[in-house]
Amino acid sequence: MSERTYVDIEAELTDQPINFDEDICLAENVVYVKPQTLIDIPMHYCPGCGHSTAHKILMEVVDEMGIQEEIIGVAPVGCSVFAYHYMNVDMQEAAHGRACAVATGIKRIMPEKYVFTYQGDGDLAAIGTAETVHAANRGENILVVFINNGIYGMTSGQMAPTTLPGMVTTTSPYGRDVKTQGHPLYISNLLANLPGVAYVSRHSVHTPNNVRKAKKSLAKALEYQKQGLGFCLVEIVTNCPSNWKMTPKQSNQFVEEKMIPFYPLGDIKVPEGK
Amino acid sequence: MTQEAIFAGFGGQGVLSMGMILAYSGMLENKEVCWMPSYGPEMRGGTANAITIVSDDYISSPIISRFDSVIALNQPSVDKFESRVKPGGMIIYDSTNILTPPTRTDITIYNVPGSAEAVKLKNIKVLNMLMLGAFVRATKIVKEETITEALKQVLPERYHKLVPLNMEAFNVGTSFVTN
Amino acid sequence: MGDLKLMKGNEALSEAMIRAGCDAYFGYPITPQSEVLEYLAREASQRTGMVVLQAESEVAAINMIYGAAGAGRRVMTTSSSPGISLMQEGLSYIASAELPCLLANVVRGGPGLGTIQPSQADYFQSVKGGGHGDYKLIVLAPSSVQEMVDFVKLGFELGEKYRNPVMILTDGAIGQMMEKVVLFEQMPRKTEFPDWATTGKKPGKDRNYITSLHIQSEKMEEINLRLQAKYKEIEKNEIRYQAVNLDDAEYVFTGFGLVARICIKAMEMARAKGYKVGVIRPITVFPFPTQVYADIAPQLKGILDVEMNAGQMVEDVRLSVNGATKVEFYGRMGGMIPSPEEILENFERIYIKGETK
Repeated sequence: MSERTYVDIEAELTDQPINFDEDICLAENVVYVKPQTLIDIPMHYCPGCGHSTAHKILMEVVDEMGIQEEIIGVAPVGCSVFAYHYMNVDMQEAAHGRACAVATGIKRIMPEKYVFTYQGDGDLAAIGTAETVHAANRGENILVVFINNGIYGMTSGQMAPTTLPGMVTTTSPYGRDVKTQGHPLYISNLLANLPGVAYVSRHSVHTPNNVRKAKKSLAKALEYQKQGLGFCLVEIVTNCPSNWKMTPKQSNQFVEEKMIPFYPLGDIKVPEGK
Repeated sequence: MTQEAIFAGFGGQGVLSMGMILAYSGMLENKEVCWMPSYGPEMRGGTANAITIVSDDYISSPIISRFDSVIALNQPSVDKFESRVKPGGMIIYDSTNILTPPTRTDITIYNVPGSAEAVKLKNIKVLNMLMLGAFVRATKIVKEETITEALKQVLPERYHKLVPLNMEAFNVGTSFVTN
Repeated sequence: MGDLKLMKGNEALSEAMIRAGCDAYFGYPITPQSEVLEYLAREASQRTGMVVLQAESEVAAINMIYGAAGAGRRVMTTSSSPGISLMQEGLSYIASAELPCLLANVVRGGPGLGTIQPSQADYFQSVKGGGHGDYKLIVLAPSSVQEMVDFVKLGFELGEKYRNPVMILTDGAIGQMMEKVVLFEQMPRKTEFPDWATTGKKPGKDRNYITSLHIQSEKMEEINLRLQAKYKEIEKNEIRYQAVNLDDAEYVFTGFGLVARICIKAMEMARAKGYKVGVIRPITVFPFPTQVYADIAPQLKGILDVEMNAGQMVEDVRLSVNGATKVEFYGRMGGMIPSPEEILENFERIYIKGETK
């Protein structure tokens, strides 16, 4: 890589010295800023991982709603265990699977605050199934952001409850055999059947268009929480390039070709009249 | 003065309430009290029971295995607790339904035809109050007039209309003990 | 002066919780302490607006406690032995994150599903940590219904003072028995919360986050050292015990909770027979009142430790006297309660007749 920057090249081409701050950093030129509520440090996520995008859009929504001081998050155990390093809001780190119980504790004593959990598939749909189902069934007025990449990332690639049939992981080395290892768990669809659940919607963050839709969905869910409608879950079907043993691009292709057909995107349940 | 008593009978005969009314009475008279329902192996063998201790002094152990008084409302209670009365103590038993009475000679034995008397009052459920009457008269551990007040505290408000009937039974019970 | 009432241990504990301005209770039914959730469900939210929630399991309940404690509230849960075992994971996290909260274990006989009858077999689990990692709970062992009330208030205060979980270690017999209690007056619920609480980021201040995860070993050791220093401080400041008739004692009966009172009765009986017996009852079982045993040991012919287990606290007693006197054990298990006569008999067997079993 050359040491020369875009500014140097411009300067050579135009033969005019360009001052970055005065000539380029102008309000009318801004096309993108990192959300204020996302702390400006490098993330530990692997290159191409969907977590960083999911973090970002969630914090963008918090920024746009102006609720940084009114929201409390609960981090899971899994790759996003350190979510509190990045999200500049009050947070608690829960034991594996217990995020919905922790969130219940927080929300019940501060019903006026926004509360969310951010959980992966193992945390939410394996070890934490009971806490998730019962928080949903009680209609806890919280948002669950559910990251589904069909694999355990933090522990390096074991089978998850949402691993696709035939998918190779370190604990299903010959491909997930549904006869002995069970079927992928459609946890979102399952939860949508419960009367306490207000909103369930499935999205992805593998294309800009999908990122926009996912963000809108998160905003809706927090809006519903404000209205006191009950349990909302936004599932984000995403990738795990490292443990899928793929390049980021290949992993996004896998999301498109394999994951999404199995976990179709779109609303699964919406509040009445919405 | 200390009274370590056990009230025993079938579940449903109101033995737990007897102990509780006594404990309340003790409290109203500013005594130390302790009420302990059946525990451990005491729960088996056809008896429900409540140990009740009323004392002018600090009560050390709520767990006791020897008693000043046994108030027995059924046969298994006599069979089980007769041997555990302290020498010089007493047994008060319902002689209507207990056919094999206690036999010890080193204790005082009161036979009170409680069930028969309760039937005369047209309510078998007051058997416990009747027996309690005999116990309070025999031990004088609390004043008889305190019982009315204690009864009001133990019974929920909606049952307060039953207080006169219960006190009538209590008074019948006292009449079977002559000192 | 508060109200004088005749109450069951479990009900008294529940009433004290409401009066102490407790903000939330999360629990799951288990015998012999289900009255607590029932009492609170009937009384609490109507009177103080306290949150009372029946969780789907003890696992969920303790994590709800974690959440609400993290938000700086006064929170409490209760359970009995098998349920407390399920809570150990959450307790380890709570201890590590240094969140104050109060628990009561109304102990029943184990192991396994065991029996619903009273026991003290959870002593080790309570005072030595219980879950994974090096941590301690502050453990209070009431022996009367009055102490069930007093220790709720004290427990909340100690928990908040040291940012540490506190346990009331009691049993089914104390839970079910009725005694006179003086109830303290209703305290207001808190309206101000500690600055570490996750109540929403404060303007101009860093966010708060509560975690027990410290990947770097140096950091995790630092956390451990801080916890250990705190436990030392607790050992220095918070030891509580009851000593009866130690002045002329040649023998000591010792036990915690309900058993201590049975020991006092046995002591009265022993004194009536001319044996010079005293009683030591640890009120805090962590921190353990080591010094009182160490100080009295040289004047004694022996200690009889009595417990409703196979001999757990006796290990702490032996460590305390460090060989300076003989320490023998008598215990019942599985829901059996030793009687005063039994204690006296075993005392005479061991120390007077010099027999071994």
